[in-house]
Amino acid sequence: MLIAKVIGTTVSTIKDEKLHGRKLLILRQTDETGAPSGKPYVAVDTVDAGIGDLVLTAAGSSARQTNITKDTPVDAVIMSIIDSLEVDGKVVFRKS
Amino acid sequence: MLFGRVKGTAICTIKYPGTEGLKLLVVQPLNKRLEPLGTLQVAADVVHAGPGDLCVMVRSREAALAMPVEKFVPIDLALVGIVDELEVKPDGEFSYALKTGRNQFT
Amino acid sequence: MILGKVVGTIVTTISHPHYKNRRLLVVQPLIMDGEMPAPEDDFIALDNTQAGIGDTVLVNREGNGARQALGIPDGCVISVIVGVVDSVYLAE
Repeated sequence: MLIAKVIGTTVSTIKDEKLHGRKLLILRQTDETGAPSGKPYVAVDTVDAGIGDLVLTAAGSSARQTNITKDTPVDAVIMSIIDSLEVDGKVVFRKS
Repeated sequence: MLFGRVKGTAICTIKYPGTEGLKLLVVQPLNKRLEPLGTLQVAADVVHAGPGDLCVMVRSREAALAMPVEKFVPIDLALVGIVDELEVKPDGEFSYALKTGRNQFT
Repeated sequence: MILGKVVGTIVTTISHPHYKNRRLLVVQPLIMDGEMPAPEDDFIALDNTQAGIGDTVLVNREGNGARQALGIPDGCVISVIVGVVDSVYLAE
């Protein structure tokens, strides 16, 4: 799973019918401290994440392995909200 | 399937239902020379690995299939083995090139 | 499927039940003459053919085929060595 930060929300009226009612958030991959890197991408939210949260996202066919995204045209899903990250014995991120 | 070094742990209280009991570890993906490939990622642990352990990881939906009970979970990276011993021949030892014509290997 | 060269062996005592009693090998994919291998090209594969270091092998790198080759319907395996290659003929 990739570490990513929620940086925005998406509103879409015309979309695949299987995406109706799904919360689409804009994320950016970050390093372990929460510093952003890489391109923004869109993921379906399953855990009620909000802007500013550091989350874990699963990509590819694993993203369709939830009841919310089963058989839907989805390639990224938020599967947890990170409280803290410990690397090399030090806490490098803690949710404020 | 690829190598990964366990660097730490990720603590999450809010998780997708079915993944609550899983241990999530921060890992550095590595190539055969144990050089880092890209940024740190988070993997689900099913072999009780600890910090510093060199592990075998599996990506994609097969990672979800490694889970002990519930396999219909959004997991795309899992630790499936702890490496005790690794032997890798240096690059010069074999030719990786396919040449035009007949390539005899045995 | 791809062609690769077995360049390493891995010993694991603690591993997932699907990996038990099978060897894990490090495989370097073959490239066309004149190309350079990229540092992220190599990968780990489960052996199903008694291959060893130095062998040129045929590798299935897709989960469904891998599960069929191993006979484990829900196996958590992607790359499986399904053959040892004796020779290859390239027309051009």
